[in-house]
Amino acid sequence: MESVVFIFSLIDCCALIFLSVYFIITLSDLECDYINARSCCSKLNKWVVPEVIGHAVVTVLMLISLHWFIFLLNLPVATWNIYRYIMVPSGNMGVFDPTEIHNRGQLKSHMKEAMIKLGFHLLCFFMYLYRLEW
Amino acid sequence: MSAPAGLPPRPAAAAFSPVGPGGSREAAAPAGGAAHCHNGPVQSQMQFPPGYGSHPPNYSAPSGHYSQVPNKAAASHLDHQYRASYYPGYYSAPAQNVMTPSVGSNVLNAQGSQQLYNKTPPHTGGASDGPVQGAISSASYLHMSAQQSYSAFDNHYSTSVSSSVASQGFPLNSDHYAMPVVSGAMYPSVSYPPAAAGSAYGQTFTSQSLPAVGQFKETNAFSSQSTSVPHSLQQHVPAGYNTTLSTISSAQSVQDNLCRNLPGSVAKVNNQIKTGGIDSSQPVHSVSQNVAFTKPGVGTSASSAVVSSVRSPAPSLSSQPSSSPSVTQSPELALQEALDSSSTTSSASPVLNNYDALEGGGYPDTRSVTSSPVPAPSVPQTSKASKPFGYGYPALQPGYQNATPTTPVQPSNPGHHPGFQHYPQHYPGVNQLSSSLGSLSLQHSQQPESLRPVNLTHDRNILPVSSVPAPVPNLNSDLRKLNCSPDSFRCTLTNIPQTQALLNKAKLPLGLLLHPFRDLTQLPVITSSTIVRCRSCRTYINPFVSFIDQRRWKCNLCYRVNDVPEEFMYNPLTRSYGEPHKRPEVQNSTVEFIASSDYMLRPPQPAVYLFVLDVSHNAVEAGYLTIVCQSLLENLDKLPGDSRTRIGFITFDSTVQFYNLQEGLSQPQMLIVSDIDDIFLPTPDSLLVNLHESKELIKDLLNALPNMFTNTRETHSALGPALQAAFKLMSPTGGRISVFQTQLPSLGAGLLHSREDPNQRSSTKVVQHLGPATDFYKKLALDCSGQQTAVDLFLLSSQYSDLASLACMSKYSAGCIYYYPSFHRTHNPAQAEKLQKDLKRYLTRKIGFEAVMRIRCTKGLSIHTFHGNFFVRSTDLLSLANVNPDAGFAVQMSIEESLTDTSLVCFQTALLYTSSKGERRIRVHTLCLPVVSSLADVYAGADVQAVVCLLANMAVDRSVSSSLADARDALVNAVVDSLAAYMSTASNLQQSMLIAPNSLKLFPLYILALLKQKAFRTGTSTRLDDRVYAMCQMKSQPLVHLMKMIHPNLYRIDKLTDESTIHVNDRVVPQPPLQKLSAEKLTREGAFLMDCGSIFYIWIGKNCDNSFIKDVLGYPNYASVPQKMTQLPEVDALSSERTRSFISWLRDSRPLSPVLQVIKDENPAKTDFFQHLIEDRTEAAFSYYEFLLNIQQQVCK
Repeated sequence: MESVVFIFSLIDCCALIFLSVYFIITLSDLECDYINARSCCSKLNKWVVPEVIGHAVVTVLMLISLHWFIFLLNLPVATWNIYRYIMVPSGNMGVFDPTEIHNRGQLKSHMKEAMIKLGFHLLCFFMYLYRLEW
Repeated sequence: MSAPAGLPPRPAAAAFSPVGPGGSREAAAPAGGAAHCHNGPVQSQMQFPPGYGSHPPNYSAPSGHYSQVPNKAAASHLDHQYRASYYPGYYSAPAQNVMTPSVGSNVLNAQGSQQLYNKTPPHTGGASDGPVQGAISSASYLHMSAQQSYSAFDNHYSTSVSSSVASQGFPLNSDHYAMPVVSGAMYPSVSYPPAAAGSAYGQTFTSQSLPAVGQFKETNAFSSQSTSVPHSLQQHVPAGYNTTLSTISSAQSVQDNLCRNLPGSVAKVNNQIKTGGIDSSQPVHSVSQNVAFTKPGVGTSASSAVVSSVRSPAPSLSSQPSSSPSVTQSPELALQEALDSSSTTSSASPVLNNYDALEGGGYPDTRSVTSSPVPAPSVPQTSKASKPFGYGYPALQPGYQNATPTTPVQPSNPGHHPGFQHYPQHYPGVNQLSSSLGSLSLQHSQQPESLRPVNLTHDRNILPVSSVPAPVPNLNSDLRKLNCSPDSFRCTLTNIPQTQALLNKAKLPLGLLLHPFRDLTQLPVITSSTIVRCRSCRTYINPFVSFIDQRRWKCNLCYRVNDVPEEFMYNPLTRSYGEPHKRPEVQNSTVEFIASSDYMLRPPQPAVYLFVLDVSHNAVEAGYLTIVCQSLLENLDKLPGDSRTRIGFITFDSTVQFYNLQEGLSQPQMLIVSDIDDIFLPTPDSLLVNLHESKELIKDLLNALPNMFTNTRETHSALGPALQAAFKLMSPTGGRISVFQTQLPSLGAGLLHSREDPNQRSSTKVVQHLGPATDFYKKLALDCSGQQTAVDLFLLSSQYSDLASLACMSKYSAGCIYYYPSFHRTHNPAQAEKLQKDLKRYLTRKIGFEAVMRIRCTKGLSIHTFHGNFFVRSTDLLSLANVNPDAGFAVQMSIEESLTDTSLVCFQTALLYTSSKGERRIRVHTLCLPVVSSLADVYAGADVQAVVCLLANMAVDRSVSSSLADARDALVNAVVDSLAAYMSTASNLQQSMLIAPNSLKLFPLYILALLKQKAFRTGTSTRLDDRVYAMCQMKSQPLVHLMKMIHPNLYRIDKLTDESTIHVNDRVVPQPPLQKLSAEKLTREGAFLMDCGSIFYIWIGKNCDNSFIKDVLGYPNYASVPQKMTQLPEVDALSSERTRSFISWLRDSRPLSPVLQVIKDENPAKTDFFQHLIEDRTEAAFSYYEFLLNIQQQVCK
């Protein structure tokens, strides 16, 4: 049972890592002007909900399987994801809005966020791996 | 510059492969004109005689590359085809007469456009004629430009080369390098071989037969091509590549206002350098440069004629018509030229990313800079070549130090920074000394003034007598003269702090306020085959670059050393060679270039106007249709455009009605689409029709429209579907959609619900719903923007219409927004008159299509936020589907790297657009500012108006993203923080007083005015739409208009005297002093004029002198003055004359003629007037004095 939980978490975590990398690549493409803001944002917005779900699932799974430490570790990030998704103003086109992404350093903060998430998921990945072996 | 193997690793660089921009664009957009430049290198290389073989080896690479790629040549062929017929049309028009383009050219234009738009990119022709076609087209192109500049000559150096050089400079380097060889051989011995060939300019434009046509072998291809175009100009296409002329011809008509070294006359030169000894296959190199300083006879008595003196060298080549010695350009022509220039290229939609190739972006550095192999011409390389740089602030004056003893004393050594030390040898120490002395003496008079401490609580009269001037940057006098006009380009801090830390300490925002497309009365227009730009950052050459020597210039933004192209060496002003620093590009900080096809991704679009009109019951009731149709009818002929101009109409209520105006119909056909959920175009064409061909039908429709819907019972409004239909209609071409809406959209996509709670209008707490309710309009705007279509919104409504949502359609498509609250044609004549005037301006003003604007700044600075109506496409590039002369922009900057190694920073905006005549033009503004390292200097250079406007923009953002209360707090904190920071620098000041530097003495007043502005006020009943509209205005108005909106000017006009009058156009204009915006200044005995920008209020006191009322207002006494008076009668009395001349002088200073409203005490409009008296206390807000005390309290905390 334990191992099933962690194998699933591991897979999920891999997916999230890939997603983070994809976010970083797309954002840096925008930064370097290889793609335009419109297509960048529509690409990224597509993956916001899968990311939220993917992370929420792991978090809930940890709660159910009573891995308190990992649950608490995941909770803030999952909450942030959901908060960010909910707090999008009604007139915006998603978490990433092409008309605002170049303003007020939003691009940089999105980038920073994706980096932090990547680090976090990597940490989780090794943690799950370790728990699986152990 | 060899094979693609040499590409830099960056993926995008693939777009800028060594072939140069042309290649990239070709790949990106096959329809674009870029392919053109392939020809250049091919031809030029191939035609180089053996003697040229000694070029550096890398020149051969391009040629090999090109010639081995036949398909590219083929692509270019196609491209040339359209150009051959296209350009002539356009460029010939100005030559004939700008005012009335000749019929011939019209026909041409039509042909050109047809060809343009019907032709699909894949080419059909054989590759073999590619070069020929190319030669033709660019030859004619050049020729046209020559004509425009009133020069005649036309020789081509591998013809197409010129255009490719023009835009990107690179692909053709080989040519440039080749040239020196030729010229080098030439100049020393011959010194300007006469250019008789080209001297046919002057009034003899038409006789301009080709210079040296006789000499050139004209190929049959040419003649056939030219005959197909019914314009005489065509014949001139010379068989350039058969001859061996190097022609540097430039035509220039310059009115020198800069008191610089330029002679006050216009020089036009035509040089042909014949390189003997090289036979038939010599390249002909021609550069045509046209600098037309257009100076319309507006207002002042400045000489309106631009005279170009012509140099006509002895005829050496062939029998040319002798050049007329001077060309007088009529002011109208000049004006027209200045005004007509409006259009832009933006990268078209297919590949959004490739605008880089057009307007900027990095360019791969695949070639190393080499000094030109040519011996420098005999012109001595003196210090003239290098412009003195600004100096660091020399030592502070005693008075200054008294004021701010804590500030560190600046080094008084004006020495050059290391970065600029390339040229000290050109720059004698004596010069340095004298100019530094010069700037020192200037500082003596200037600096203490802007830093003089002002005790705000004691000095009540801080308003200047007349309008607040923009501070002058502390540069040496040479640079100051060259700097960009503050009307187009202003920075909040005219002394740029050295580091971000210093900026943070000053607590003032750093940013730029731009009015780039302003109507200019004087604008140098440059037609040159080479637009000289920095190779790495793509900056346009400007007055603030430094010339290291004759052949190299150093970019002032990225400090890269670039070569001066051969053509640029020739200075048409002095008609001499080797004075690139006297070229008009280097003498003017605002210039306009006629861009070549390298700046296009598709053929320039025609002017297309679509009107989308609300015809629901509500709209008919308000009666706006009559005014709109009437204005359109009156201005139909004045719509900017050419023979291709197209126009269309859509009306909507609960259905969408289209109008078939196809030429040949007996009357307009209405086509109704009631399926609003899935809107479609009922007929593919004939909805947008040629204005000239279908003019009668359009007039019929406009006459009929106001009465067509009089009995409608339809109250719904399907705005969303109508807009979708409009987008579908416009997307093939792009253009302008004008939407007239009178109520909340209630049907179909994009429907909105009322969100305003009238009870919350005067709430002091939370103002909600400042942001859009749906993203429908934003998405639509982005779609439109992608298709080069702008949406302008006219909202004429009596109830809440959710402007916050509707405005998105204009905000992100670079449109403009007009709002007429409680509009009714008969019940509200003031609004009706305003609509009428606005429409007149709107319909006739200049317009630029497919525009992009890039803002570049010196390395170390970066832009982090943009304000205005546009879509930000990349970090420094704004996409403007349309640009209009009334649009202003603002950007916020941050200092990313310390600026310690430089003493000057520069900002450059380049606006690339397609004019309504189908020309591509680039308007470039460059601003240069000094860098300072002390806080006191930063304050000394603060531009309070710019600061306030930028803060207003930031506050709008803040109130939408956070809350209005936050925004208000931020505004107050901006004053508190900056004054506190200033006072902390001056320790000897008494802390108990509120002290501001003289430069910022108006800061608290303006912030208070902002807080009482409709956009930000709380406590006073403000309708949500009014508030949102005021916010939209703040974001999109240029500084001059915005300042009048924030802080109107108040004058007393009942006792206008002749003291301090000015004379304008033989009229005496009195200059009454500015009054404080306070009721204490209003006396019952007086009459006052308040100038709010778009509206003038004249307030008449109860006991106003009867003679004033009689003379100026035309009524016997106060009681008989009517409530709704909007005009002053023409009475033959001195006071009336003075008043009217003063008002018309105020009106002349702005593009939009403001509405006049006479207000008496019992008038209901009185509140409108009194709400502008911002220094007074209201029930919800502080008076100015209270506000100051409040600030003082917070400062001392």
